[in-house]
Amino acid sequence: MARSNKPILWLPFAAGGLVAALITPILIFITGVLVPVGVLHLSHEKVAAFAHNPIGKLILLGVVALPTWHAAHRLRMTAHDLGLSDGVAVKAACYGSAFVLILAAAIALLMI
Amino acid sequence: MSRRPYTRKVRRSWWLRHRRYVAYMVRELTSLFIGIYSAVLVMGLVRLAQGQSAWDSFVMMLSSTPGVLVQLVCLLFATYHSVTWFALTPKAIPVMVRGQPVSAKTIIRIHYAAWAAVSLVVLIAAGV
Repeated sequence: MARSNKPILWLPFAAGGLVAALITPILIFITGVLVPVGVLHLSHEKVAAFAHNPIGKLILLGVVALPTWHAAHRLRMTAHDLGLSDGVAVKAACYGSAFVLILAAAIALLMI
Repeated sequence: MSRRPYTRKVRRSWWLRHRRYVAYMVRELTSLFIGIYSAVLVMGLVRLAQGQSAWDSFVMMLSSTPGVLVQLVCLLFATYHSVTWFALTPKAIPVMVRGQPVSAKTIIRIHYAAWAAVSLVVLIAAGV
């Protein structure tokens, strides 16, 4: 049987879709509504303490990296739907920017 | 000799021709807003690593009028993503329990319950 790279692309895509569905709306509600209106205060001390913990780091990486990959893969497919040919340029733009974002998140987490 | 496969010409505006196609395109474009907000989160982690004053200016940016507007648009699309994602889960993962298929409604309900539970946990963790 021919080997396909599809599962490698697809598994984090599906996981990212689920993570984004479960957690992204509440995160946006917190950072975009509750914090601006003053109901919540996200102090550096509190957030850094969470990110300092190894489990906290892992959770933050998952919450950032999986939806990022999901978005990259889906945008690549949508670009094709919108008439852009599914070539190197689209793949580089989608997966490349996802890779840079995930790498930046990982480095930032390691530095905290 | 080169292959010359036939590719049918498709108008870029094909998805505007029918409401269902528009709904499909809006659903797929939710990923753009998931991506934008993920980039905001990455920025937040970088600012967090840079220290107190960098973090404070990041939070100020989130709370500025443009920051809030961008996030409200992201929230709208993210919620649409959740609703459409949960709606398709029974098709993507048909679950069997003791040889019996679990009904689509049950699978969707479990996802909504998980959504509520995760949201609550995140709110508590954030200190509400």
